[in-house]
Amino acid sequence: MEKLMSKGDRVFTVLVYAFLIVFTLLILFPLFYVVSTSFAPEGDYYRGFFLIPSSWTLEAYQYLLYNPSFVSAFKSSVVITIFGTIISMTLTSLMAYGLSERWLKGRSVINFLILFTMLFSGGLIPTYLVVSGLHLVDTYWALWLPGAVSAFSVIVIRGFFTSLPYELKESARIDGCGEWRLFAALILPLSKPVIATFTLFGIVGNWNTYFSAVIYLNDGSKWPLQVFLRQMLILEDEKIGELAEALFTYTPAARMAAILITALPLLVIYPFLQKYFNKGMFIGSLKG
Amino acid sequence: MNQSARLAESVGSKRIPSAKKKEDYLKRAFPFYLMIFPGLLVFLVFKYVPMFGVFIAFKNYSPFRGVWKSEWIGLENFVRLFSENDFLLLLKNTLYLNLLDTFIAFPFTILVALFLNEVRKKHFKNAIQTILYAPHFLSWVVVVGITMLFLRTQDGGVNVLLNALGFESINFFSNAGSFRFIWLFHNIWQGAGWGAIIYLAAIASINPSLYEAATMDGASRLRQIWHITLPSLKTVIVIMFILRLGNFIDVGFEHIFLLQNPLNLHVSDVFETYVYRIGLVQGDFSYSTAVGLFKSVVGLVMIVAANTIAKRLGEEGVY
Repeated sequence: MEKLMSKGDRVFTVLVYAFLIVFTLLILFPLFYVVSTSFAPEGDYYRGFFLIPSSWTLEAYQYLLYNPSFVSAFKSSVVITIFGTIISMTLTSLMAYGLSERWLKGRSVINFLILFTMLFSGGLIPTYLVVSGLHLVDTYWALWLPGAVSAFSVIVIRGFFTSLPYELKESARIDGCGEWRLFAALILPLSKPVIATFTLFGIVGNWNTYFSAVIYLNDGSKWPLQVFLRQMLILEDEKIGELAEALFTYTPAARMAAILITALPLLVIYPFLQKYFNKGMFIGSLKG
Repeated sequence: MNQSARLAESVGSKRIPSAKKKEDYLKRAFPFYLMIFPGLLVFLVFKYVPMFGVFIAFKNYSPFRGVWKSEWIGLENFVRLFSENDFLLLLKNTLYLNLLDTFIAFPFTILVALFLNEVRKKHFKNAIQTILYAPHFLSWVVVVGITMLFLRTQDGGVNVLLNALGFESINFFSNAGSFRFIWLFHNIWQGAGWGAIIYLAAIASINPSLYEAATMDGASRLRQIWHITLPSLKTVIVIMFILRLGNFIDVGFEHIFLLQNPLNLHVSDVFETYVYRIGLVQGDFSYSTAVGLFKSVVGLVMIVAANTIAKRLGEEGVY
């Protein structure tokens, strides 16, 4: 039943729509610019600023495809993301499941240890010393392990597991189902929304990891896409360091194409998982 | 006897000898401990060992002597921190950026949620939401990279527009004002849509009959927001605000680091970037650990204080 709106409400509605449309365009415009420039031919570079290329070409993408450092960076990112996410999701969901059994002794101590890491941290340097002391520098383990479990994800996933009906687990146990099978065959499928959301977060975090790679990977052949992109885009523009000269060979189209390739995988994935993280699973779980 | 019967017995009856009970408990609990263990190990090694590792802040750490053999120097590093000019600068920059974020980006996010909620056309709302989430999935490298291409002095879109309007080009990377503006703009551009999720979820749980009644009484949309939606969001807003206060000494390292250059260092240098530069780049591990420790302690005090205040005011805290 849509009632006729009063004049004030109509003005307000127009304002709301105008605001949202402007904000949406503000987000789309830079992305559109990246896409259109990446398909521009090299000659367009001398035209100055433009929104629509004089002709559409895949030159920039071909160039990147044959650039060995770009290809190697892309592969690194894929490896870092796949294994990083698997490791982190396995450790996190197992830990959360174990802690969701209320009768377990020592549970509250471990919960406190987890919560406390949200409040206090040793900081960058001591963490670096631990990682380098374990000889993880220049290996991907330096990216995978230190952040593999976070307090936030354990707390939220644990909350979700705890909210599942206990009788469900009990009846499976009576049927002789072992704990590991129970977890894999019953609990995980039931927890699809929360697991999907955190898997997405894991993928995003690993794919976008930049700073850890900068501190822990000295070996350029292991660099992920983000580090490569930074070298390509930012160092050149600021003209800092000797690298500047050598890197000037990248055309604007190549830089835009690299940005697009770096951003695209996540932009393609998230709309499919939107229904899960939209549900507001965080509300109840904000409190530990 | 099968497992479940034994289980029922161990829970239910007191007649079972305690040794057997203990054995049963262990047998039952063992798989769970095994599941918790790897995650716990990661917490202990990568979070707790560094926490105890902060004692090198009180030592003159030398990589050659190692953590244990380096000499104790007491509070020397902290005396140095508080007496250095950099300290006030770091504190000022941190506060400045956080105030900008708290008073502009934080309310803006709530506004986005309130406005999205006013959109009655479902498909339009979903489409807008999907687009507003997109920037959250872009890395800071990408966001900063696009910005830099847009703001280039010679041929960046913004300067081309300025020139066309008869203004001089601005070198956005060398002046203080534009650094802060870009930083804040990024936070809104990247975070407002995503940040709205939590408020939208809270709005969704408001009883619709409240709005129906208000409409009957002739309340305008704006009044409904003011008298129904906002009061219902109070708890969430307070919780988000506490989290914000608790992180007041953090400014999102990667973002700042990527925007930083020698020309804007006087406004962009914050504790984290300072620790990185002094510690990992210049190799002064002890002093930079002291700076990091100072930051962590202030952060801890802030979040405990914010939480206590919220509880005093009759709101729920974070923990």
